[in-house]
Amino acid sequence: METGKIRKRIALNRFRDHLFWIIGLLSTLIGFVLLFTLIIDLFIDGFPRLTLQFFLSYPSRFPEKAGILSAWVGTILVMIVTAATAVPLGIAAGIYLEEYGKKNWLTHLIEINMNNLAGVPSIIYGLLALAFFVYFLKFGESILTGGLTLGLLILPMVVIATRESIRAIPNSIREASYALGATKWQTIKDHILPYSFGGILTGVIIGLSRAIGETAPIITVGALTFIAFLPTSPISSEFPFLSFKWLMDPFTVMPIQMFNWISRPQTAFHINAAAAGIVLLLLTLLMNGFAIYMRYRFRKRIKW
Amino acid sequence: MRKTQVHFLFVLLGVLSWLALCTTGTFSPVWSQSKTIKIDGSSTVYPITEAVAEEFQRMKKGSVKVTVGISGTGGGFKKFSRGEIDISNASRPIVKKEMDACKEAGIEYIELPVAYDGLTVMVNPKNNWVTYMTVAELKKIWEPAAEGKITKWNQVNPSWPDIPLKLYGAGVDSGTFDYFTEAIVGKSRASRGDFTASEDDNVLVQGIASDRSSLGFFGYAYYAENTDKLKLIAIDGGKGPILPSEKTVMDGTYQPLSRPIFIYVNKKSAEKPEVKEFVEFYLKNASKLVKEVKYIPLPDRAYKLAMERFAKRMTGTVFGGEAKIGMKIEDLLKLEEKK
Amino acid sequence: MKRKLSTKIKERAIENLLLLSALSSIFITVSIVFILFYEALGFFKDVSLWEFLTGKQWTPLFAQPKFGILPLVCGTLLVTGIAVLVALPIGLIVAIYLSEYAPFKVKEVVKPILELLAAVPTVVYGYFALLFLTPILQKFIPNLSGFNALSPGIIMGIMIIPYVSSVSEDAMKAVPMHIREGSYAMGATKFQTAFKVVIPSAFSGIAAAFIIGISRAIGETMVVAIAAGMMPNLTLNPIEPIQTLTAYIVGVSLGDVPHGTLEYKTIFAAGITLFLMTLFLNILGFWFRKRIREVY
Repeated sequence: METGKIRKRIALNRFRDHLFWIIGLLSTLIGFVLLFTLIIDLFIDGFPRLTLQFFLSYPSRFPEKAGILSAWVGTILVMIVTAATAVPLGIAAGIYLEEYGKKNWLTHLIEINMNNLAGVPSIIYGLLALAFFVYFLKFGESILTGGLTLGLLILPMVVIATRESIRAIPNSIREASYALGATKWQTIKDHILPYSFGGILTGVIIGLSRAIGETAPIITVGALTFIAFLPTSPISSEFPFLSFKWLMDPFTVMPIQMFNWISRPQTAFHINAAAAGIVLLLLTLLMNGFAIYMRYRFRKRIKW
Repeated sequence: MRKTQVHFLFVLLGVLSWLALCTTGTFSPVWSQSKTIKIDGSSTVYPITEAVAEEFQRMKKGSVKVTVGISGTGGGFKKFSRGEIDISNASRPIVKKEMDACKEAGIEYIELPVAYDGLTVMVNPKNNWVTYMTVAELKKIWEPAAEGKITKWNQVNPSWPDIPLKLYGAGVDSGTFDYFTEAIVGKSRASRGDFTASEDDNVLVQGIASDRSSLGFFGYAYYAENTDKLKLIAIDGGKGPILPSEKTVMDGTYQPLSRPIFIYVNKKSAEKPEVKEFVEFYLKNASKLVKEVKYIPLPDRAYKLAMERFAKRMTGTVFGGEAKIGMKIEDLLKLEEKK
Repeated sequence: MKRKLSTKIKERAIENLLLLSALSSIFITVSIVFILFYEALGFFKDVSLWEFLTGKQWTPLFAQPKFGILPLVCGTLLVTGIAVLVALPIGLIVAIYLSEYAPFKVKEVVKPILELLAAVPTVVYGYFALLFLTPILQKFIPNLSGFNALSPGIIMGIMIIPYVSSVSEDAMKAVPMHIREGSYAMGATKFQTAFKVVIPSAFSGIAAAFIIGISRAIGETMVVAIAAGMMPNLTLNPIEPIQTLTAYIVGVSLGDVPHGTLEYKTIFAAGITLFLMTLFLNILGFWFRKRIREVY
């Protein structure tokens, strides 16, 4: 081949290389640009609506009077149940799979199931909850049902996060513990868990932030959209001063309130929806940002 | 992670939970047991009941809770006949099948008309070729035989343009759907299947408002809330095209799409003091609130009759299990007084 | 070492407790499968499987009900198709850029932002599709319905980019450096190396990434419920309103679904169709991921 042709080839390849470099950068920036546009659009539409009154009012047929009180209280209460379900169950399952599991068919089956469940659409969890929690166990359309549903939904996330954090701990730590005569559980309790705590917490926070934004399964189990009241207070005036009635009360959550307002054609309600969206988005981004930051710091600090 | 950071996180979590729990404490009086009134049913009646529920809860300062769902008239009656709800919103009278279901379950109901609705047909504001339609034209569009065949405007009336016809209407559980099909096609629930159906009238408003070639029907109140997004069509029921308005519904000239809308109260629930108070509040304030949500209020005489009906706990329906098409307010009053 | 009996019992008890928690995953899967099949069986007692699979209309709640699932499946596939057309190329290009070209500092900034993109609640994306993107698109496509398949499809595509790019990038990272270095040593550019050496080696992983993206799109509910419309429509035209399997289930649930009614059975029929579609994709993805481990 003559030199000229080779030179041309090389030039063409270099050109393609540079071109791709530009395309690659642009494509990556698309993500930024879009996220940015979305946030700006939401802010422009909804920011003026973010007053104290908005946070402390119930939904109303008058868009100016409507607020997200029942929605954010509902979200927090549901999250409490979700965390209470997913965290103990998920961490326990993760510990078992990493520390106790032998390489037999049972463990393998459990793993396959865990990975598969992570890919099941959230609305299928809603159907499961409808048939099982609402009708079979007769929990009805309550906070308990909503929390359990979301707990099951984020369970795979917690398990995977637990497993990865535990896996990152070198065996030398375990062996040192055993060498000193500790039992398996003592090793886990005093050494493995404290070190993996950061990673587990990251996973839990990311899971919860996903649960906060979930709408479809909650609609399926029957969260209503016109809730102008709050669930029964857990603090009652008679003994034992603590009530669990709120678990069985009807409820609504932030994403459903936003969905309801979007569905109304009046523009004033769309502004409300945008405001609710800002709150939801900020909440999610803050939680995720915090989790990412913690993961970063955690990785930096632990030097094996 | 440092211990202090962990502690900080737990404290933060505790504070947040405490905040939520206290909020529930402040806003719902700690000393009350929750009394809940469950209402569900028609999305046509929903704006009225929502307004009443909101005002009532405000007046009671949270000691009574009212939930209002929108499952559609049919869906509401299903729940009602199983005793799951106290009050059913209905945009048509209870039908025979539902009456039997109630009888089987031992549920007695008190039928209370609360307002009049002019079922409206509308199109997109950019639609500049039609201002009125005859019942016959509407039937041609909506009857079951039209499915898949009548897909363009000019197939209905040759003077209209050759563009696709996009239809939006009430869903199958909706009393509006039952009434419209009975009044226009002649048989309740007989309709073509290829249209956007939703129990939530807001979805229909959005659909029609964003689609130039659309046509749809739902309760007048949803038009009145969105006049900037929708265009009203006058209906020619044989006596010339009439636009729906408070006047034409009250004097009975807007036919055949004028109809009474109701609430049905479970007689046993009416024994509960909070339900009794709610229904009385409803009827007392109906005239004002119905007007506010842009439906047509009944004459005061009608509300007084309804109050008496409720006070005497008179059960049963005056309609015999089917809707009467083309009923004027005067006729309704006569029926009510007869019982 | 001799341990006290009480310690041994305690250890055993804890191990069993943890095992029980782990078994919960199997329990959940079994419950899902059982409930879906059980309720769907109730549905198929009344409706023939043939009509379900081949009927062209889905009007289960009308006076003359039609039970053909095709319009819903078609709606799902149409929106997924558009999403995939957006997400797969862009996701792959982003992955290649991050894995082969980008300096470390850029990666540190970009990767968290992509994660945030995936964390945005889907209702917010739905809001964006209906109230921001559709009006803009309507300026370019005058016949565009207010509810259509194009707008949510594009938004879903953007939503999925992070999934595709992160899994693809992991797959490419797994390709050992010395293979790349061999290519560079022969005078290849980054572009040539990426496309002719790295991608073929990482093929299984990239295929798995694509499958994850598709599966996620099929299961998406809120974006389509808000912006695609509620009209079952057997069409491939993206400017028309359609209804997906997921939007149907949500639409019915907004009303009420008492146990045992026809509506209740139809949402489980739609649910089991959805489940089988995603299950098939998940198995396919799993198979591809197994292949990666075998190659290296």
